Amino acid sequence: MATPQGANDSAAPGTLTSSRAGASVAPGGQWDDPTGERAQARKKAHRRRMSKNWSLFVLFAGPNILLILAFIYFPLVSNMYYSTLDWRLGSPRATPVGLDNYVRFFTSESGLEVWRVTGIFTGAAVVGSMVLGMLIALVLNKKLPGRTAARTAVFAPYVLSGVGVAMVWNFIFDPTRGALSHLLGFFGIASPQWYLNENWALVMVIIVYVWKNLGFCAVVFLAGLQAVPQELIEAATLDRAGAVRRFFSVVLPLLTPTVFFLLVTNIIFSMTNAFDILRIMTPTGHGTNTIIFEIYLQSFGAYQRAGYSAAIAVVLFFTLFLITAVQLRYVERKVHYQ
Amino acid sequence: MTHTPIATPAGPSGPVQPRRRQKARPDWVKAFAPRNLADTLLAGYLPILLALLIIVLPLAWMVLSSFKPPGEILTLNPTLLPQDPTLSNYVAVGERVPLLTVLRNSVVVTVIGATVKVVLAVTTAYALVFIRVPGANIIFLGILVALMVPPEVSMLPNYLTITALGGRNTLWGIILPGLGTAFGTFLLRQHFKALPKELFEAAELDGAGHGRKLLQIAAPVSLPAIATVALVTIVSEWNNFLWPLIIIDSPDKMTLPVGLNLLQSIESQTGSYGILMAGAVLVIVPVLIIFAALQRYIVAGLTQGAVK
Repeated sequence: MATPQGANDSAAPGTLTSSRAGASVAPGGQWDDPTGERAQARKKAHRRRMSKNWSLFVLFAGPNILLILAFIYFPLVSNMYYSTLDWRLGSPRATPVGLDNYVRFFTSESGLEVWRVTGIFTGAAVVGSMVLGMLIALVLNKKLPGRTAARTAVFAPYVLSGVGVAMVWNFIFDPTRGALSHLLGFFGIASPQWYLNENWALVMVIIVYVWKNLGFCAVVFLAGLQAVPQELIEAATLDRAGAVRRFFSVVLPLLTPTVFFLLVTNIIFSMTNAFDILRIMTPTGHGTNTIIFEIYLQSFGAYQRAGYSAAIAVVLFFTLFLITAVQLRYVERKVHYQ
Repeated sequence: MTHTPIATPAGPSGPVQPRRRQKARPDWVKAFAPRNLADTLLAGYLPILLALLIIVLPLAWMVLSSFKPPGEILTLNPTLLPQDPTLSNYVAVGERVPLLTVLRNSVVVTVIGATVKVVLAVTTAYALVFIRVPGANIIFLGILVALMVPPEVSMLPNYLTITALGGRNTLWGIILPGLGTAFGTFLLRQHFKALPKELFEAAELDGAGHGRKLLQIAAPVSLPAIATVALVTIVSEWNNFLWPLIIIDSPDKMTLPVGLNLLQSIESQTGSYGILMAGAVLVIVPVLIIFAALQRYIVAGLTQGAVK
């Protein structure tokens, strides 16, 4: 911490606390300073620099921090307050009900239905995009001309408007005029009632979500695959391991950090990023009300139950917080030091 | 995006290309040698083609259908290409929603929102890395936590705040709550931290303040990272749906995704998919063009933390 000069400066203990202040003073002058005046001046200079730093920091970072506090943190806290109210959006009257909203979300039939839909959607979306993403990554991992262009095309849906994508798939899934019904008709299969049947509706939005998301998984897997040392694969080939065996015994174990990373990010994404698709393809949310969609439907849909919606938002926040904490604790290290 | 450079090996342009090409050519030539040709096509290109079909066909279907007259949409024997191409679907979109106003709103919201967010991200990240104050790490941690709060969680309180401020059905009401940026700050902080300290030494000897160090050194050498943040921000502002949907209900203040939602609810019963596809083209194709041109930056920004 302290410079040699600072350590000898017995008359000025204050300098010990700041190596920068001590270092900035010319050596030699300190011995003639029994009263500590210089130390005082140094302390003052340090304090002045600190306060100058602070005002600069506030100038540079203040507006952003203020906005984050006002529109992210304040809502988190006020949600906790609203979640204890029986309150309709727009109504002047609100009754405190304690934890009733939470109890309802975890025990009522409609609350459990949200958990069921969220579980199925998340599970199928994560597995679907990761398996397909891995397959596409393996396909693109060959050294062939045009690979970069193919990679770009596969990633593209991930950046497109969810609203636009959902409109396109609405047309494709239309049971009478859609491209899919024509395709199924070619094989003599009648199109399912994607919009009327709740289960088919859930399958439909999962397919669209996976289509939009798999490019992300493919690109991340591809980067992982390219980091696998070529010698290991060649060695396995010499040992007459087939392509499937090579994948499961050599490549996949080396990819575990990537798999973990994608698993966690995909769980979080599928819980938070699907709103556009759900809202456009199934506006009423029958059978497709995952947790984020339910937050919206409860406060801005037909019911306007703002208190209940806030309670679900609080639950979602803590769920995500928990997942992220687990990731940081167990996964992060492996991901970065592969 | 679909034009594949078959004649030349794909690779980054620049001074290193001649060497890489020499190294890549044997591989590439070998793959197309008569002996391996069948293998290359069957095991290499056929799966790539299948993957591309799954991705590209729905988008191609959208574009082609947007030029089809209603008869070709309703037919039981649809063709891939429009037999009698027409722009009437685009005209119809303009009749259902005030298209020019909606497009202008989207551009205004995207440009102002993205500009402010990028500036704030640059200055905040700079402050976190280079201006020494106690507690900066705690502030950074706070920004990291903000990064994982999805907009659905803060939607209801923000709706009440903006309504109280009189921001319903205004463009500033759309822009304001999204201006605080955790994503850009995080990305640029990581970037600034990796800059070599020597870069700043000469400027410090000249007595340059933080403003000059940011504008003349940190920002110029970080242009690719800033471009990444800017592009990802522009795309997500353009696509943003949830917040404008809540805060806007008058058509002349709608952004494009909200306008399309209105179009969808008008046309979903009539099955006028040509009109709906024309609407989808308007929101999708601009992003597709930007992405095709600058995909390197966008992919890097969105897979940050995973791909290094």
